[in-house]
Amino acid sequence: MAQLNMVKALNLAMREGLAEDENVIIMGEDVGQDEGVFRVTEKLLAEFGPDRVIDTPLAEGAIVGTAVGLALYGMKPVCEMQFSGFAYQAYHQIEGHVSRFRNRTRGRFGMPIVVRMPFGGGIRAIEHHSESREALYAHNPGLKMVICSTPRNARALLLESIRHPDPVIFFEPKALYRAFKEEVPDEPETMKIGKAHVTRAGEDITLVSYGAMMRPVLEAADDLADEDGVSAEVVDLLTVSPMDTETIAASVSKTGRCVVVHEGPRTCGVGAEVVARLVESCFYHLEAPIRRITGYDVHFPYFAREQAFLPGADRIKRAVRETLVC
Amino acid sequence: MPRKKIKVSDKLEYLQILDEKARIDESLDPELDGDTLLNLHRLMLTTRLLDERMLALQRQGRIGTYAPVRGQEAVQIGTCYTLRSSDWVVQSFREPGVCFHRGWPIGSILQFWGGYEEGCAVPEGINDTPIAVPVASQLPHVMGLAWGMKMKGKDDVAIGYVGDGGTSEGDFHEALTFAGVFDAPAIFIVTNNQWAISHPRSRQVRAATLAQKASGYGIDGIQVDGNDVLAVYVATNEAIDKARAGGGPTLIEAVTYRLAMHTTADDPKKYRDDAEVAKWEKRDPLIRFDAYLRAKGVLDDKMDEEIRNDIKATLKSGVEAYEAARDVDPRDCFKYLYEDIPAELVAQAAEFDEALRHEGVTIGH
Repeated sequence: MAQLNMVKALNLAMREGLAEDENVIIMGEDVGQDEGVFRVTEKLLAEFGPDRVIDTPLAEGAIVGTAVGLALYGMKPVCEMQFSGFAYQAYHQIEGHVSRFRNRTRGRFGMPIVVRMPFGGGIRAIEHHSESREALYAHNPGLKMVICSTPRNARALLLESIRHPDPVIFFEPKALYRAFKEEVPDEPETMKIGKAHVTRAGEDITLVSYGAMMRPVLEAADDLADEDGVSAEVVDLLTVSPMDTETIAASVSKTGRCVVVHEGPRTCGVGAEVVARLVESCFYHLEAPIRRITGYDVHFPYFAREQAFLPGADRIKRAVRETLVC
Repeated sequence: MPRKKIKVSDKLEYLQILDEKARIDESLDPELDGDTLLNLHRLMLTTRLLDERMLALQRQGRIGTYAPVRGQEAVQIGTCYTLRSSDWVVQSFREPGVCFHRGWPIGSILQFWGGYEEGCAVPEGINDTPIAVPVASQLPHVMGLAWGMKMKGKDDVAIGYVGDGGTSEGDFHEALTFAGVFDAPAIFIVTNNQWAISHPRSRQVRAATLAQKASGYGIDGIQVDGNDVLAVYVATNEAIDKARAGGGPTLIEAVTYRLAMHTTADDPKKYRDDAEVAKWEKRDPLIRFDAYLRAKGVLDDKMDEEIRNDIKATLKSGVEAYEAARDVDPRDCFKYLYEDIPAELVAQAAEFDEALRHEGVTIGH
């Protein structure tokens, strides 16, 4: 066991992926010599060489587009989008080809591609560096949409994604890259894609979240226990698509109340899907309307305003208290 | 001092071997044997007759919208004729001749235009990608395949097709950028058929040729008479030989003409003159090659009739195979999306099944 931050944990997963399968390659802008702008690919070029860890020209569309051709030829590309805000230049390849090839060819050609990208706010970055657009990918058939939230699950989910036969959009909450350390097993560890995790057990209300918002959610849960004697259960989605309805429904069937928390805009966001599934699957267990604490339906403010904008523990606690008195 | 001429590539060539009056430049003649010449003729004629059959099937409502290839047969056959089965072909959406030569069954080609995903189920043993609809989006795939070949130390090549309109897309630029930087065995065929639906070649880019774009990426480019199958054959084979030997990518602009409509949903009379079409009709690649072969004594009326009868029989059985395979299961839309179907999709598939039963839809198999 080693105490690792999320950057080191993701790095470990890629090192393991490169070491165990010669077809795995890392490709992206500044991932080699510079070791990634967040240093997530640190020492990988030195260890595996320029044929496995590839600095590409500055063209997101071609990073993903050539990954399609590489995957057709038996490679397993792990692509880095430097920031999720620039991945739209590759979105036509993701939507048009990555997500479709297996279905289009009736199973002949799968697309074992991972597209990693840092997302979300909180690091005082300029425009296009703070958005949370996971819903765009979750809306897209043929993709898996995974979002890690701690060093240990980051390593386990990324290694699983690299081994996965289908394309995975892997969102990394950059606010958590170096936020805290966690014990990460030395031996390769994976977690199944498509499974949510009950991070904190509770009885009175269910909080559903993922990514960087897990921190204020857990903080709120602790505060609610201390201040109100409320026992909140916290579910970390981990995989946004395909969503683990069973785990969230089991929790809400037990607690009867739910608040969903995410950074991304509310309308047609992941929270809307969570609420719809809960209404479909456990309506008669609900004791109160389900609340959404999310980013508002506006463009993410420039960083002078971002801390005010981002949902925090206070906003979550207030929603929980209002839900509990219904 | 600091203001001086910068040397850029001056290697750009134009190649024509057989002109529109079927006169050959003997110094450039690849001297192909009679069987090869006859095969090129047979394949171009197959492409033409298949195209005519597809148009008829569309008019009869037996397939959907179709993008005809009339006039571009020499580009298709000349570029793919010598490829190995281990090479990869990345098609656009107007390469039925290439598909036929690569071994795609006629029935399979028809299935795409008939509205069946089965038309994209690349047959085992064929290293091609299926039809790519978004213009130029397939070009990075060509580069990725070629890159994979280089990584794995193979002497195979990847060849891909795009039209003149596609050269304006970002994916064209990005694919050629990568191909140059990583020096991959990729061959990009630009079928310059002069029209991107209603938009003329002159309005795609102000550059005099599309081939010259290659020099911007530091790769070789050549412009060929795309209605001269010998020129297309020679230029492509030079590019293939160079790529196999580690010499990197090539851009080939084949100058031809789309004699028919963009698709059967398009009316070209709205944007181009009949006189222009008539001018290009005289440059028809089949007329030229037919005349050359007859003058050379490789082809005569009897052989031509035999070839046509063979092709018609192939087309007939292809259409029959297509029409015999129309009874498909709509529930298949869930089957191939992922290697393992997620629980949510299992539930949706059951819901779809229930809906179909309720609506009395007969399940094919």
